[in-house]
Amino acid sequence: MPLTLQEVEHIAKLARLELTDEEKTRYREQLSAILDHVAQLQKLDTSSVPPLAGMSGSESHLRPDLARPGLGAAELLKNAPAQADAQFKIPPVFE
Amino acid sequence: MNYEPVIGLEVHIEMLTKSKMFCSCPVVDSVSAEPNSAVCPICAGHPGTLPVLNETVVDFALRVATALGCRINPVSIFARKNYFYPDLPKGYQISQYEEPLAVEGQIFIGEKLIRIRRVHLEEDTGKLTHVDGRGTAESAENPVESQNRRAPTGGYSLVDLNRAGVPLLEIVTEPDFHSAEDVRAYAELLRALVRYLGVNSGDLEKGVMRVEPNISVRPVGTETLGTKVEIKNLNSFRALERGVAYEISRQIQLIEAGGAVAQETVGWDEAKQSTYSQRSKEDAHDYRYFPEPDLPPLVVSESWMNRVRASLPELPWERYKRFRADYGLNHGEAWGLVSEKAAGEYFQSVLGAGGGAVRTVYAWVTGELFSLMNTSGYGFESGKLPPQEMAALLKLLADGKINQNTAKNVLAEMFASGASAESIVAARGLAQVSDAGFIAQIVAETLRENPHELESYRAGKVTVANFLFGQVMKKAAGKANPQVVRAELERRLKE
Repeated sequence: MPLTLQEVEHIAKLARLELTDEEKTRYREQLSAILDHVAQLQKLDTSSVPPLAGMSGSESHLRPDLARPGLGAAELLKNAPAQADAQFKIPPVFE
Repeated sequence: MNYEPVIGLEVHIEMLTKSKMFCSCPVVDSVSAEPNSAVCPICAGHPGTLPVLNETVVDFALRVATALGCRINPVSIFARKNYFYPDLPKGYQISQYEEPLAVEGQIFIGEKLIRIRRVHLEEDTGKLTHVDGRGTAESAENPVESQNRRAPTGGYSLVDLNRAGVPLLEIVTEPDFHSAEDVRAYAELLRALVRYLGVNSGDLEKGVMRVEPNISVRPVGTETLGTKVEIKNLNSFRALERGVAYEISRQIQLIEAGGAVAQETVGWDEAKQSTYSQRSKEDAHDYRYFPEPDLPPLVVSESWMNRVRASLPELPWERYKRFRADYGLNHGEAWGLVSEKAAGEYFQSVLGAGGGAVRTVYAWVTGELFSLMNTSGYGFESGKLPPQEMAALLKLLADGKINQNTAKNVLAEMFASGASAESIVAARGLAQVSDAGFIAQIVAETLRENPHELESYRAGKVTVANFLFGQVMKKAAGKANPQVVRAELERRLKE
């Protein structure tokens, strides 16, 4: 079943994407095709299969509470496109 | 029409472990630490990294959940909560959704039962600072799930990831509150609890404990819940109580005027003492929760649960009952000593060390000593002035070796110098004099030196006695036993 245009717009909004009308139409088709493909799984009867919460299947692996220094701001920010005051500098976000 | 507020609370509490939830970065004070000084590839969300859960985080969370009488899930599951905001480097927050760590607890506010719906673990986000076009920085507190935020005046935002990945415990109640006072009382009790359990400092101002009420109102007698509004940015207990009271009356006025409450999140403006609209709330399905593939389910064994249960200290509400029953303290007195754990323990230790009667010890610990601690910036937990020393001072007072006034001065000096009460009294010759001969002599001298006052007393101006008393005490440099002085003075005046 194809997604509605409103659904595409809502998903784009959640992903912080601005789409043109042409893109909305195109992605609506592509996304719908992907969902239809995955939807085939829903035809399977899984009533006897317990839900799977992880792939490793193992019990929780826990770490002792020991602190080690981090990278340091200089090293951390090496790959940042912009920085100021030892912080990541980004386009303004505000209420 | 009469309206009834219905309030549920979400409280986020940072677990003050040594290291973060999923990596070894130290948990630092996010207010004072150098920005980005405690960040590694894991908490910065670099690709290819894997989270490993901190055992102590689980232990701390279990302590809180057990104290709240929750049912612990033997297997709980981590989930990804997906949303985009720059304080969240991975693009999702690791949280718990369908199978939280614990459910169905309870806590009492006086006689009122508050049901705890769930207690779950999640990671904290980074911190954003907005710098406007004029270069003025403003901290923006954790606007999780926010949408479409663009500063109108240009400028930029700064991201500090020190807090990203700090372990958080979220405690969610059922909508069991019906007043701002109860909300505050609950938050204060929870603060006391996490401090007793040693998992958090309970410092609302620093944001290590954040209380977010969900508020709706409905006509009294109806069952259906009204539309709820969430308040954020409540950075003190006072702000919490006022914010809730404000929101309740705002909603009632809105409905009375024929309007409808919109489901949204509002922020508390401390300066204006009012709330402002932050955003319309997203629905849970917008977060596209799914099980975190990088973390296996968290298994808590029966023996772990037992170990936690056995390790719990006396809890605040238990101590409160004991203080009322054993010491005969009233509600305010008992709660005052219980809510400040160290003060209550100090009080007990002074009593235990032979400090004397409960009322006397209470008065000195919460009066003179408390104000000394306060003005000097020390706390009862600082180890400043051991309780045994305080008890020794009160014993000198009870035995009549020093008087009340001298005791205050000695206490101040003990506090400043660390010397014992005995040594200060001895060194400065402050021991109270009860010797009848000595007192009779200074009373006689005083009366001789003040013939006019003596005359007017005998003429019927009895208040002059107080002046004469003061003169005698002055002559004795404050050391004379006031009861003996009064008795002797009275005897002589009535001759």
